Amino acid sequence: MTNVLGQLGAWTVHRVREMGSMWLFMLSSFAWLARPPFRFHQTMKQLHFVGYKSTFVVVLTAAFTGMVLALQGYYTLRKFGSEGLLGSAVALSMIRELGPVLAALMVTARAGSAMTAEIGIMRITEQIDALDTMAINPLQYLIAPKLVAGLIGVPLLVAIFDVVGIYGGSLVGVDLLGVSEGAYWNSILSAVEWKDVYGGILKSISFGLIVSWVCCYKGFYTRQSAEGLGRATTEAVVLSSVLILVCDYFLTSVLL
Amino acid sequence: MIRLVGVEKKFSDQPVLQGVDLTIPVGKMTTIIGGSGSGKSVLLKHMIGLLQPDRGEVWVGDVEISRLSGARLNDVRKRFAMLFQSAALFDSLSVFENVAFPLREKLRMKGPEVMQRVEEKLKEVGLTGMGHKFPAELSGGMRKRAGLARALVMEPEIILFDEPTTGLDPLLAKSIHDLIVAMQRRFGFTAIMVSHEIPEVFGISDWVAMLRKGKIVLMATAAEFQRTTDPEIREFISVGGTVVLPNSLAE
Repeated sequence: MTNVLGQLGAWTVHRVREMGSMWLFMLSSFAWLARPPFRFHQTMKQLHFVGYKSTFVVVLTAAFTGMVLALQGYYTLRKFGSEGLLGSAVALSMIRELGPVLAALMVTARAGSAMTAEIGIMRITEQIDALDTMAINPLQYLIAPKLVAGLIGVPLLVAIFDVVGIYGGSLVGVDLLGVSEGAYWNSILSAVEWKDVYGGILKSISFGLIVSWVCCYKGFYTRQSAEGLGRATTEAVVLSSVLILVCDYFLTSVLL
Repeated sequence: MIRLVGVEKKFSDQPVLQGVDLTIPVGKMTTIIGGSGSGKSVLLKHMIGLLQPDRGEVWVGDVEISRLSGARLNDVRKRFAMLFQSAALFDSLSVFENVAFPLREKLRMKGPEVMQRVEEKLKEVGLTGMGHKFPAELSGGMRKRAGLARALVMEPEIILFDEPTTGLDPLLAKSIHDLIVAMQRRFGFTAIMVSHEIPEVFGISDWVAMLRKGKIVLMATAAEFQRTTDPEIREFISVGGTVVLPNSLAE
C-alpha cells in the first residue's frame, strides 16, 4: 500500500514538474520572440510548412466532414420537417466546433508530429547543443518561429476548413438530397452570428498555440535514443489532441 | 585560461564527476583520456557551460561560468567553438551554409565576404568543391572536416573536440588528427580533445590528462605521461583502452 502511494506521489510530482517546465518553455520562447534578431525568414518558412503544406489535408477533411454532416443532418431534420435548416446546422457545427477541432487535429497529426521529430533529431544529433555553443539561443532560433507559425497558420486553416466544409455540405444537401439552395444559404445567413465566428477564431488561436507548443516541447526534451524519439512523437500527438479537446470544452463553456 | 575546481556532477544519483581539478594550458593541445563512461564528454561540456556542475567552479579566464546563463554565458561562449562527436551539422543546410552559419548569425556578414571565408576554410580542411552537398551525402570523415571548418571559421580562442575520430577507420582517424594538429599549430588556439585513440594521442598532444573514477588522476606532458609508474595508468595506456580478451579467446 505504501509502495502504491509512493509511486502515485512520484508520478504526481513528475507531472506537476513537467507542467511547470512546459509553461516556462513557452514563456521563454515568447520572451525571446521580442528580442532581435527577428527571425522573419524562419517564421515564414515555418508558416509555409504548417499552413500551406497542411492545406490539402485540411481541405480533404473539411469537404468530407461537411458532406457527412449534411447527410446525417438531412435525415435527422427531415423527421421534424426542418430540412430547410440544414445550412445553419452544417455552418454552426463547422464554425463553432468541427472547424477548429478537426483542423487542429489534422495539423497535429501532420505538422505537429513532424515538428517533434525534427527537433528531436536535432537534440539527439547534438545540433541544438551546437547552436548553444555558437551562442545562438535555440528557443529563439528554432522554437519561437514555430510557435508563431502555429498561432497564425491554424486560424487560417480553420477558416479554409469552415468554408470548404460548408460548401461540401451544400454539395450533398442541395445537389444530392434536394434541399432548396436558397433555403440552405439563407439559413446560414440568419443563424450564424459574429459571436460564433469570433468563438471559432479564439478556439483556433488557442489550438494553434497548443499544437506548436506541445510538439516543440516534446521534441526539445527528447531522450537520446530512437526509442526516445518515437515516444516523444507519440506523446506529442496524444497530448496535443487531448489538450485540444479539453480546451475546446472549457472554451465552449465560457463562450456559450 | 580554463580552470575546473572541485567539479562534481551526478546524473540520477549516479556520480560521474567527483571533484575534478584541472587547469588547461593556453595555446596548447590538451587531450583528456579515460575509460568509456568515465565522464570525459561530460567534463568537456562543463567547460562551455552546456552542463552545470552540482558543486565546484568552472573558470574561463576571469569569469566563473558555472552559474551563468543567458547573455552573460553567451559572451563567454563567443570565445569557443566545438566539434561534436557526430559533427552536429545542421541537416537542412548545405556544407557551405553550415560553415557560413556562424558568420551570418553572429557577425551579420553577407555576400562575397562570406563566400571568401567559407571557401578558404573548406580548402583548409580539404573540402573544396563540396559546399553544395548536404550532410546526408557526406561520408563520416567529410562530416568531421565540415564540422571542423565550421568550428574554425570564427577563429575562436578555444576549440573543444569531443571524440573527433570515433567511428572512423584508422587511416581516416589519423588524417583527422593530423588536420586538427596542423590547424592548431597554424592558428594557435587552445585545443581540448577527448579521445580514446591511444597511443595516437601521445603523438599529437602537448598535454594529456586522465580521468578515472570521477577525478583527474594524472596530468602531464605527453612524454612524461608515458613514463608514469602508476600501474593502473600504465595498464590503461598499454592496452590502449581496447577490450581485453578473456584468456580462452586469446589462446
